[in-house]
Amino acid sequence: MTENAAPTNMGSTITQVPNPEPGTVDMMVNMGPQHPATHGVFRMELRVDGEQIQDLVPHIGYLHRGSEKLCEHELYSQIITLFDRLDYVSNFNNELVIVSAVEKLMDVAPPPRAELIRIIMCEFNRIASHLLFYGTFAIDMGAITPLLYNFRDREKIQALFESVSGARMMHNYFRVGGVKEDVADDFESRSLALCNELEYGIDETDRLLTENEIFLERTSGIGVISGEDALDWGLSGPVLRASGVPYDVRVEEPYSRYDELDFGIPVGSAGDCWDRFYVRILEARESVSIIRQAIALMEPGDTMAQIRRIARPPAGEVYAHCENPRGDLGVYIVSEGGDRPYRLKVRPPSFCNLQALRDLTVGHYIADAVVILGTLDIVLGEVDR
Amino acid sequence: MPDPFDSILYQYVYCTLSSTDDVACVGSGLFGGGLLPGGLEWLAYVLTAVTIVAVLINAILGGVLMMIWGERRLLGRFQGRTGPNRWGPFGLLTPIADAVKTMFKEDVMPTVSDRLVFTAAPILMLFPALLIYAVLPFGAGTWLADINVALLFIIAIGGANVLAIVAAALGSGNRYAMFSAMRSVAMLISYEIPLVISLIGVLMLSGSLSLVAIVNAQTLPFFIVQPLGFFVFLVASMAELNRTPFDVAEAESEIVAGYMTDYSSMKFGLFFLSEFAATIATSGVITAVFLGGWHGFDPIPSQIWFIGKMVAVLAVIVWIRASWPRLRIDQIMNFAWKALFELTLINLVVSGILLLIWPSPSTTELWYMAGINWVVFLASIYIFGKVLGPKHDPVKAGNIQPDVTLSDSDAPALPTGGGD
Repeated sequence: MTENAAPTNMGSTITQVPNPEPGTVDMMVNMGPQHPATHGVFRMELRVDGEQIQDLVPHIGYLHRGSEKLCEHELYSQIITLFDRLDYVSNFNNELVIVSAVEKLMDVAPPPRAELIRIIMCEFNRIASHLLFYGTFAIDMGAITPLLYNFRDREKIQALFESVSGARMMHNYFRVGGVKEDVADDFESRSLALCNELEYGIDETDRLLTENEIFLERTSGIGVISGEDALDWGLSGPVLRASGVPYDVRVEEPYSRYDELDFGIPVGSAGDCWDRFYVRILEARESVSIIRQAIALMEPGDTMAQIRRIARPPAGEVYAHCENPRGDLGVYIVSEGGDRPYRLKVRPPSFCNLQALRDLTVGHYIADAVVILGTLDIVLGEVDR
Repeated sequence: MPDPFDSILYQYVYCTLSSTDDVACVGSGLFGGGLLPGGLEWLAYVLTAVTIVAVLINAILGGVLMMIWGERRLLGRFQGRTGPNRWGPFGLLTPIADAVKTMFKEDVMPTVSDRLVFTAAPILMLFPALLIYAVLPFGAGTWLADINVALLFIIAIGGANVLAIVAAALGSGNRYAMFSAMRSVAMLISYEIPLVISLIGVLMLSGSLSLVAIVNAQTLPFFIVQPLGFFVFLVASMAELNRTPFDVAEAESEIVAGYMTDYSSMKFGLFFLSEFAATIATSGVITAVFLGGWHGFDPIPSQIWFIGKMVAVLAVIVWIRASWPRLRIDQIMNFAWKALFELTLINLVVSGILLLIWPSPSTTELWYMAGINWVVFLASIYIFGKVLGPKHDPVKAGNIQPDVTLSDSDAPALPTGGGD
């Protein structure tokens, strides 16, 4: 056999630690950036003893596009399109953060109807994002069918999005002070019908996966993180709530018209992968109920506040954050009074959740690392920006 | 050794080739050929074997193509989509297009690979899969060879493909491939044992290792008489085949394509081919040993019965693939040693006791045995499920706390930052 030319330490940042067993060393395995389970261009460097992970170093930056720097050169209305591309599976939620931050800075309130349209879009997007999560998570564990079912339902949501904004994904629909245009006449009936279909779809996923014995074997007790640790790491969203911390920006600091709506926060108890999955199932059901309530509240009216076409917020600083499907997405804007921000900083939930990956995986098997990374549900567009 | 003339297939081809005055064919009722002059019986003897093998291998290749199509169509139906339907009627020609595409791909060989081992591995993989077909009885009088140790032969051959997997992993020098090979070997060692022991119940009932004798012994299909043996054999052979939920050796979300990661072109094609060939062969073994083989009712020919039962088994395997996630390697090991191994022992003991009561069972007595065995089967599966099943109370976890905020819950308080 030819001499294996690959060095044992592939330019690694992990130091090679000799295994206590004489004559053996741990193996270095490189997962990604091209790997089926890393959900994009994410690279994990693993030091494994057999199949057990001894150390893990995540490498990010393969999708870095300099979004924050780009924002400094764009009009506020143009920044919305950049935010669409951060977390590219929950675009509306991203748009909401940037427009509400600018509105906060300018002290403008969008009309009530626009607020409700935004809430409905965001909650639909949360369901779409969670549907994608169920599917890809199942794929990570080798179940190939749920993905197809969930994509079928997600497609219906995207058809609704298309009817509202004209685009299936990168919508650019929210505006500082409202939304681009009013929804179509049949929007309400269409949304309600879609709600019923989605409820069925979520139940279907629930029946297929949640109580499946193999699924339980693979997820319960895997990647456990306590509530205290989760807060220390700065985790947010379903990952934090699965650890038993009922922190949800929609309730803690209600924005838009969320304080008028009645909904619960699903909370896990064990903080393992199963909880992180099931919290998202329950959350999607809550979102359906939020959409129904919001549609009931809708009244005809304006969808755009009377403001100048080009937003020029006064000099100052503002931080706004919203509950994204992945967690607490925040944006910090420093304005010098022009039509472009002086500095813009994003607090991406995926990035913060990813920090806990090493602590969650060490000691588990390679197969578990994939599952744990799946439950963190990262989107690399947001991690790398 | 049983006479090769027991096989009608053999007899027919031989007598077509052999000379007009061959004593073996005169008066057999199948005599009609005489293609070769007298004195060349030895040539007819050889040519017959070559002909049947050639037909069989081509039938296997055709069967694999059909199975690729069938699996994709069926998976499509399970997943709420159509599956391949463009090329040919019902997309029947899709696997042919796939095969042509695979053949014309560039054959890449990694620089760190061991060229000889790397090239030999796919070929090594294909042999065991094809050899199993030699002893499969596809219908009444339709088999290539009826050897008296057929089951032993199948078990010995079936375990050989792991050598090819290890060779592929070593040859390609890929770390994911090494994981795959380690998993394969571990699984072979664990699952071969319940696989073999689960067949002993059948052997005790039929009194022979020959597949033809086993099929003939099944006045009542053995999956009714031996439910536990059938269950364990099905599960263990799915593990041997690397099918979901035991497909850890090629778990694409963990170790890319496992031992096939570095393979391309027809080398990859051979792996693919031998996997499907092995799946079909195993379903054939299950059909012969547990589902009554070619037995059915007239006027449907016995060959059709056999193939129909095989397709049913394959459909179940695809169904399982469509429904379930995969287990982790240590859980698979646990399952083999803590559940399957004990279940086979229970089956062995119960079958032994029943055979002591009814030493040579008639069909009625087989029904009695079946009843007792089913009770044992359901009870032991239930108990094992309770004891070894996941310890998780899904009702307690994942509760909704309506309108609760951090301030009025007993959850850890948010850290309060200084300043501002």
